[in-house]
Amino acid sequence: MKFGVSTLRALFVGDHHADRVVPPSGFTAQLTFFAAAAMAFLAVFALAMSLATGRLANRWGEELARSATIRIVAPMDQRAAQTQAALRILDTTKGVAQARALSDAEQQALLAPWFGSNFALDALPVPRLIEVIEDKDGMDPAGLRLRLAAEVPGAVLDDHSRWRAPLVKAASRLRLLGWLSIVLIAATVAAMITLAANAALAANAQVIAVLRLVGATDEYIALAFVRRFTLRALSGAAVGTVLAMIAVFFLPSASEADGFLTGLGFQGVHWIWPLIIPILAGVVAFVATGAAARRTLKELT
Amino acid sequence: MIELENVAYSYGGGELLSDISLKLAPGSFHFLTGPSGAGKTTLMKLCYGALLPTAGHVRLFGADVRGLSRDDIAGIRRRVGVVHQDVQFLDHMSVTDNIGLSLTVSGRHAETSGGDLDELMSWVGLTNRAAALPPELSGGERQRAALARAVIMSPDVVLADEPTGNVDWEMSQRLLRLLIELNKMGKTVLIATHDLSLIRATKAHVQARVLRIANRRIQLAGADL
Repeated sequence: MKFGVSTLRALFVGDHHADRVVPPSGFTAQLTFFAAAAMAFLAVFALAMSLATGRLANRWGEELARSATIRIVAPMDQRAAQTQAALRILDTTKGVAQARALSDAEQQALLAPWFGSNFALDALPVPRLIEVIEDKDGMDPAGLRLRLAAEVPGAVLDDHSRWRAPLVKAASRLRLLGWLSIVLIAATVAAMITLAANAALAANAQVIAVLRLVGATDEYIALAFVRRFTLRALSGAAVGTVLAMIAVFFLPSASEADGFLTGLGFQGVHWIWPLIIPILAGVVAFVATGAAARRTLKELT
Repeated sequence: MIELENVAYSYGGGELLSDISLKLAPGSFHFLTGPSGAGKTTLMKLCYGALLPTAGHVRLFGADVRGLSRDDIAGIRRRVGVVHQDVQFLDHMSVTDNIGLSLTVSGRHAETSGGDLDELMSWVGLTNRAAALPPELSGGERQRAALARAVIMSPDVVLADEPTGNVDWEMSQRLLRLLIELNKMGKTVLIATHDLSLIRATKAHVQARVLRIANRRIQLAGADL
């Protein structure tokens, strides 16, 4: 079947006389609708996961890539002096945009999830933390470590690379898996619709024989079936997509206090993305049914 | 119009038709007769491109059928009305819609007025069965509906394969009158039948040529009634 403007017009505008040549009911029609709806529902969640993990990977990648932490692990009477020494070194270190020691309140807030908010920070041998923000050129962690080792024996530099890299990698893999899921879902939709179309074409061999007898071209016959299945898939996928978007909308929203599992929904313009799924389902159905119809009509010569 | 030249047709290793030559001139009336299994239906199918010959040439409206695309064949079928013995309809559509199917598939439904369709329904005596579904029709009604469907595009040729095979004598005479009427309108008519009384009944109305198939060949070509 040739794909062109006339095909698209025939597909969407239709002809109410032509629409009736294919018997209206049958399990294949319901199967197509249900399969498209279910797969679209799953595709929306796969898309949501993919986009959310993409955001996560970007955030971890961008925010943590340019930051580091220095822990001052020293006896209590030397801690303040070593902290000042470390800050002086950082002041003269190339690539460091900003460095500051966290206040007691900030350190207490960091430990609050484990010890509660009312514990006495002084009662614990908690190291002093220095937050280091790099400029766009970045610093040389190895060189900084050497200087700190020589001048601030209690300082330990953590540039986050140890745990940031696997997290970013994991988030990237999740994003990839999300896209892979969407591709697999599209392939499954194509397979199910092909099966349904083949079953419908086989069950309607007499219809095809009659249409040929009265002078119907193969394109006409194929388009009658393609239109039926494409519109079923399109409407099924639209229903599945809308239901899934409603479900995603009511997922708990992300907040500072929540873990990363929240915020799996769509944000901003990302809400437009799921609307592509019914169109994609329609295209998949169009191609799958067209191929099935062409093959069957050739075999029925 | 339709011309077969030294045509042979084989199927499953056996030759069903051999060295068949036949010419259906415009406005002519032919009977194709012979015993059951002689190859009448096969020959009819060769005449509208449903089958391709294994040897020889079939020319439909001047074009060799082997050189025609599937779309060309579809176009030819709009110029050749076919009535099969085992009439097939779209059972989910009304009789009227089935009769108008050729118009639908050729995109000419809008051009044809409802009056034309009503006139045709009246011509075949099915006005009161217009809304019925095909399974609700009797054998005779199905044959008349098939005839109406075959002629709705005003084809140049009407091929009828045992059109009276499943109907009583009175209905067969009625169908025959309709086919004779079509011939008088200038249509070429070819009827495959083994009913010799049908051929004799035609004698009074039209000059018809009888072609007899036996032993894979046309043996009595040219004999007039």
